Amino acid sequence: MIFKYTFKTALNGLRTNKSRSALTILGIVIGVASIIAIESIGEGAQLLIVRQLEGLGSQTIVIQPGREPKGLSDFASLFLDSLKEKDLLALKNKNNVPTLLDLSPEIIVPGSVTYLGESKDALTIGTSPAMTQILDLYPTEGVFFSDEDVANYSYVAVIGSKVKEKFFGDGDVLNQKIKIRNRNFRVVGVFSSAGQAMMFDVDSLVIIPYTTAQRYLLGTDHYTEIVARAVSKETVDQTARDIVATLREAHGITDPAKDDFHIQTQEDIQQRAGMITDILKMLLMSVAAISLLVGGIGIMNIMLVSVTERTREIGLRKAIGARSKDILWQFLVEAVLLTLTGGGLGVMLGAGISFMAALVLSRLVAIGWVFTFPLSAALVGLAVAFLVGLVFGIYPARKAAKKDPIEALRYE
Amino acid sequence: MSLIEVKNLEKTYFTSDLKTEVLRGLSFSIEKGEFVAIMGPSGSGKSTLLHILGFLDRPTSGEYRFESKTINDYSDEALAGLRNAKMGFVFQAFNLLPRVSVLDNVKMPLFYSGIKESDWNELSLQAINQVGILNRANFTPSQISGGEQQRAAIARALVMKPQVIFADEPTGNLDTKTGHQLMEILKTLNEENGHTIILITHEQDIASYAKRIILLRDGRIESDRKMTN
Repeated sequence: MIFKYTFKTALNGLRTNKSRSALTILGIVIGVASIIAIESIGEGAQLLIVRQLEGLGSQTIVIQPGREPKGLSDFASLFLDSLKEKDLLALKNKNNVPTLLDLSPEIIVPGSVTYLGESKDALTIGTSPAMTQILDLYPTEGVFFSDEDVANYSYVAVIGSKVKEKFFGDGDVLNQKIKIRNRNFRVVGVFSSAGQAMMFDVDSLVIIPYTTAQRYLLGTDHYTEIVARAVSKETVDQTARDIVATLREAHGITDPAKDDFHIQTQEDIQQRAGMITDILKMLLMSVAAISLLVGGIGIMNIMLVSVTERTREIGLRKAIGARSKDILWQFLVEAVLLTLTGGGLGVMLGAGISFMAALVLSRLVAIGWVFTFPLSAALVGLAVAFLVGLVFGIYPARKAAKKDPIEALRYE
Repeated sequence: MSLIEVKNLEKTYFTSDLKTEVLRGLSFSIEKGEFVAIMGPSGSGKSTLLHILGFLDRPTSGEYRFESKTINDYSDEALAGLRNAKMGFVFQAFNLLPRVSVLDNVKMPLFYSGIKESDWNELSLQAINQVGILNRANFTPSQISGGEQQRAAIARALVMKPQVIFADEPTGNLDTKTGHQLMEILKTLNEENGHTIILITHEQDIASYAKRIILLRDGRIESDRKMTN
């Protein structure tokens, strides 16, 4: 029997039960659509992260207290207090880290920000003027506070565009007083809308001198992290090594396993972010796989029903000369055609979902989300659909092929 | 050499501890071009005999030769090929595919043959013309009458130009008048086109179209006589 006819027969078989066929492939459609959507959205997320990290600058090195976090439980290390003023001084010493361009400590200050008694969403961090160069970010209105302000524990703040909008609208900003943890800070500068940088939403930041934050707001002597910059991209690794050596010496550590700090370069962070999205993707993919499995069982179920319903047809075909393998092929092609149709619809649905998601994400969240259509995922989706048809179609098809023609012809 | 030769043919069904002897030693032969009716009350074994003759079933013992070869000479696959090329089947219930046209129904045996696709239409239309329903070729079975449906089934049996056509109670689902019209077609196919026809029926007037009647009773041949009309 020629393939074209097998194909035509299978198509006819499916057309006979249009709504049943449509419902049957729903599981496959959803499964394949999930694969496409997960792959596309995952890719978009990864692109977004990569681009944000690029904002960090390829020369940037982040020094954080505690051991390198290896899992969720290690996030407790955020609260460690191993990075202090003496480390800052040691690192600033050109003899220790000759390739260091500049560095700035950073302190996250929890607590509300208020203006005229009204509290708004904002994140306060304490840092130094060097941060403006590291982030390549300068106020468009007013100025950034100076090193003197840092030395003098000044109550000054530079705010992001959203903070400005929420508190002051279009009104005057400069020299207004906002309250952070019940202390008055004078606004000296405003950033224009800048989006994400350094994993922070700059637009929602309130930046104050780290010295002020330490002494008057938190009463601590350690930093959340230190952000450093190497003189060039090529010297990042050397700088990182020198920083590690300097800090070990300053902390009296001889065994690297006992490090009470860790450093991250842009490359490290990118890798880690990639790992996280990969794990998420894998988790979601396993859900998609379950959908495909259930879909496959549905296909098998409906094919078994179809084989039983068409017992007489099978008997007739055998009587007029169909060999068992002709019958096998007929039902197998039918099953594969079902799942491939499901796969095709799934690819389209998945692409549609990802496109909508990209639209919504870039509109609503106002981030530069890029829609990508993962061709490889589409091919994988179709291949998986094909395989599901083959795997779950073979049993019903064999059952059909094995039918005794006499019994089949007598079947009522 | 006869087209069909049967010697001491026996068929016994075993169901758990029950043994049912359906055919108990049949011997006869059928020549090319004959029109034979196999008659008998229900349970006499006539359907079983037809299945064995049509290579759909194997005998328990005895010998069945078709064109001097026995069923044991063929694999299942070769038997399928033989049924396709040399045998045509007409069933009581027509067994047409419901949602495809008469033309496509008649084409079906060609799909399993080695005949090239470009000839399919012509061969099918020829067969449909032979049974006189050319004007129904593009209708589906549900759009035509029972008599026409059975004619379509005969066209399907004819399309491969087989050595022998097996008809299992072909008029069983038709009214008397239509049944007789159908028998006229079979008769013409036998007399004018030389097709060998083996017919199963339990109706005397239907059997009377045949030139020879084999009467079965309890798995044995009760009588085997040529008709002179």
